[in-house]
Amino acid sequence: MTVLEQPGSYRPTPPPAWQPRTDPTPLLPDPEPFRLLGTDAAADLDPELLRRLYGQLVRGRRYNTQATALTRQGRLAVYPSSTGQEACEVAAALVLQEQDWLFPSYRDTLAAVARGLDPVQALTLLRGDWHTGYDPHEHRVAPLCTPLATQLPHAVGLAHAARLKGDDVVALAMVGDGGTSEGDFHEALNFAAVWQAPVVFLVQNNGFAISVPLAKQTAAPSLAHKAVGYGMPGRLVDGNDAAAVHQVLSEAMRRARSGGGPTLVEAVTYRIEAHTNADDATRYRTDTEVEMWRAHDPIVLLERELTGRKLLDEAGMEAERQAAERMAADLRERMNQDPVLDPMDLFTHVYAEQTVQLREQADRLRAELAAAEELSPGHQEGTQR
Amino acid sequence: MTAAAVDTARKPVSMAQALGRALRDAMADDPAVHVLGEDVGALGGVFRVTDGLAKEFGEDRCTDTPLAEAGILGAAVGMAMYGLRPVVEMQFDAFAYPAFEQLISHVSRMRNRTRGAMPMPITVRVPYGGGIGGVEHHSDSSEAYYMATPGLHVVAPATVADAYGLLRAAIASDDPVIFLEPKRLYWSKADWSPDRPEQVPGIGSAVVRRAGTSATLITYGPSLPVCLEAAQAATAEGWDLEVVDLRSLVPFDEETVCASVRRTGRAVVVHESTGFGGPGGEIAARITERCFHHLEAPVLRVAGFDIPYPPPMLERHHLPGVDRVLDAVARLQWESEWTAGSERGTR
Ligand SMILES: Cc1ncc(C[n+]2csc(CCOP(=O)(O)OP(=O)(O)O)c2C)c(N)n1
Ligand SMILES: [Mg+2]
Repeated sequence: MTVLEQPGSYRPTPPPAWQPRTDPTPLLPDPEPFRLLGTDAAADLDPELLRRLYGQLVRGRRYNTQATALTRQGRLAVYPSSTGQEACEVAAALVLQEQDWLFPSYRDTLAAVARGLDPVQALTLLRGDWHTGYDPHEHRVAPLCTPLATQLPHAVGLAHAARLKGDDVVALAMVGDGGTSEGDFHEALNFAAVWQAPVVFLVQNNGFAISVPLAKQTAAPSLAHKAVGYGMPGRLVDGNDAAAVHQVLSEAMRRARSGGGPTLVEAVTYRIEAHTNADDATRYRTDTEVEMWRAHDPIVLLERELTGRKLLDEAGMEAERQAAERMAADLRERMNQDPVLDPMDLFTHVYAEQTVQLREQADRLRAELAAAEELSPGHQEGTQR
Repeated sequence: MTAAAVDTARKPVSMAQALGRALRDAMADDPAVHVLGEDVGALGGVFRVTDGLAKEFGEDRCTDTPLAEAGILGAAVGMAMYGLRPVVEMQFDAFAYPAFEQLISHVSRMRNRTRGAMPMPITVRVPYGGGIGGVEHHSDSSEAYYMATPGLHVVAPATVADAYGLLRAAIASDDPVIFLEPKRLYWSKADWSPDRPEQVPGIGSAVVRRAGTSATLITYGPSLPVCLEAAQAATAEGWDLEVVDLRSLVPFDEETVCASVRRTGRAVVVHESTGFGGPGGEIAARITERCFHHLEAPVLRVAGFDIPYPPPMLERHHLPGVDRVLDAVARLQWESEWTAGSERGTR
C-alpha cells in the first residue's frame, strides 16, 4: 500500500528551502545609461584615448557619408548607414586586442574598417561583387551577417572553442535592437552564460528595426535587463558617448578575458539615416525626433569635451577632417573603378572539390560566355581574367 | 466594397497593388483574417503590399510583430487553433528559414496529426526569387524546400490577375498555403479592374498562357515572362511553343501539363530554383512516367545553377534567360523526328 492510499497517514514534508541560484542585484543595469562626457568623471579620462576616438569618429562619419553618396551614384547596391552610431562602431573595434574576434552585422562595416579592414573590401557585400570581400582570419572579423542575430551563437562557439584550447581570445558580437527578438539571440546568450564563454554582446539600440520602434519589440525595462534572465551582467550605456561606450565595453572585455563570463551591453543610440538608402523613413517617424538626436551627436559630444578641456584646438580638428577627406577620396576613387569580375567564380567555392555536376555547369557557362564574346567582343566581363 | 462607387474600369495595376487589394478585400470580407509580420503596419511592408491595411483595419488586424519569424508563424498556429485565419508575411525568402521549425513540425502536419480536427488555414506570403539586385539572402528560390514538405500547398502567381485571385484562394483555403510572390514581378503592371477582379482558376490548376504545337515550356512565377519571350523569339526559328504556367506547384496540375506534352511531344521545365533537387526534377519525372510514349525527346530542365545565389553583379549569369530556354528547345532532338516523319514540331 502506498502512502496516498492510507487515509490520514500523509504528512507533508516541507520542500527544501529555495535559494536564488545567483544574486540578481549585481547583474542589473544602471537605471540610466552610463555617461562620461560632460560629467566630472571625464576629467580622469586619458586625453590620448579621447583624441584617438575623436579622429576615428570624424573618419567614421565621413566614411558613412561617402558610402551613402556611392549608393546614389550606383556604386553600391545598398548601404545601411551607421551615421549617428559611430561611437559604438568605433569603440567596438578599439576595445579589441589583436587576437580577439569581431562579429559584425550588415550595419557594422564601419566597425570592421576601424578594426583595420580595407574599406573597399569591407564594402564588397554592399557593392554586390561578392558576399564577403575579405578573409575573416586576416583581421579576425567574421563575415558581415545579414540574417538577424544568427552571428551571435557563432561568437559564442568561437569564444568557447578558444577557451577550450587555452587561447586568450574574446569575441565581441554586434546586433541591433530588433535582432534581440530573434530566437538566436536568446540561445546565444543562454549558451554564453552557461558556458561562461568569453563573449561581449553589444546591442546597438538605435530605436528602430526598419520601421518598427522598440516599444513594439520588447516589453523589457531595457534591453540590458534581458541579461539578468540569463545570469550575466547587463550594462546600459549612452551609445553616443564614445568615452562611455569605450569604458563599458573595455570592462566587459576585461571580465570576459579574466574568466568572468559574458556581458550584455545595450548602447542607446539613434539611426539618423533611413534603414538603408532604399527605405523611406518619413512613413514612420518625425523629423523632430531626428533633430533631437542630431543635437546629441557623438562627434559633437566628444568635440565639446575635448575643446572645453583644451585638448583639441581648431588646427587639430582640421587635421582630423583632412585625414577623413583623404580616406574618403581614396574610397571614392577605388569604388569608382569597376570591380574585376569572373563569372566562373560562381562555381569555384561551393565545395572544396567541385562536383561533376558543377564542372559541367561551369563548362556550359564558359561556352556561353565565349559565344557571347564572339558576337560582341569586349562586352563580356570576366573574359579578361 | 465601401463608400466609393464600383469602378469597373481596367487600369494599369502592379502585382504588388493587386496583392494588397486581395489582402484588403479578404480582411473586409472575413473578420477572422489577420495580417502579421515585420514592418507590415506603418511602413506597409518593405514591398508596400500591406500599405494602408493597418490604417483601415487597425493594428490588431494588421500587426507589426517583434522581429522573430519562428514567433510569427508559431503565434499564427495558435491564432489558427482559435479560429482565426492568419496571413503571415515573411520579409524575404531567406528570412523565412527561422520559421521552418514551426512550418515543418506544426503548420504542415497539424491537420494530419489531429485527424482533421485542427486545420491550419494559414497563408505564408514569401517574396521570393532573384533579379532585383539584392545582396546575400535576398534572392533565394526556396520552393523545393516547401514542396518537399507534405501538408503544404505551394502557390506562385505570375500575373496581376493571378496575384489577386490566387491570394484570395490561398486565404480562403483551410490548408496552409506557401504563397510565393515573385519579387521581380512586383512592379510589373497589367490592365486590371480592382473593383471587379476577373475570376481565375483556383489553386491546383495550371493555365496554358500560349498555345503552340512544337514543344511545351512548363514554368511558374518569375520565369513565366522569360518563357513567353522565348516563345515569341522561337517563332523566328520556326518553333511554335506552348507555355504552361503552373501557378501552383502543390497541388500539381498533372492533367493540364500532360495534356500539353501529349500534344507537343516535347517539354522543357524552366525555373530559377536550382536544378539538382529542384522542382523540375519532380515535374520531369512525372511527365516521363505518364507521357513516355508521347515523348519525342527527354524532358529537359533550364534552372538556376546548383550554387548559393550569386551576388547582384553576377546574378545575370545565373538566372535562366531567353537564350538558355531556346538552347534547350534546340536540343529536343528535332532531327530524329524528321527521320521518324512525325507531324509534330514542324520546323
Ligand atoms: C532573420 C531576418 N529576418 C528579417 C530580416 C530583414 N531585416 C533586415 S534588417 C531588419 C531590421 C533590423 O533591425 P535591428 O536589429 O534593430 O538593426 P538595425 O537595422 O536597426 O541596425 C530586418 C527586419 C533579416 N535580415 N533577417
Ligand atoms: Mg535597430
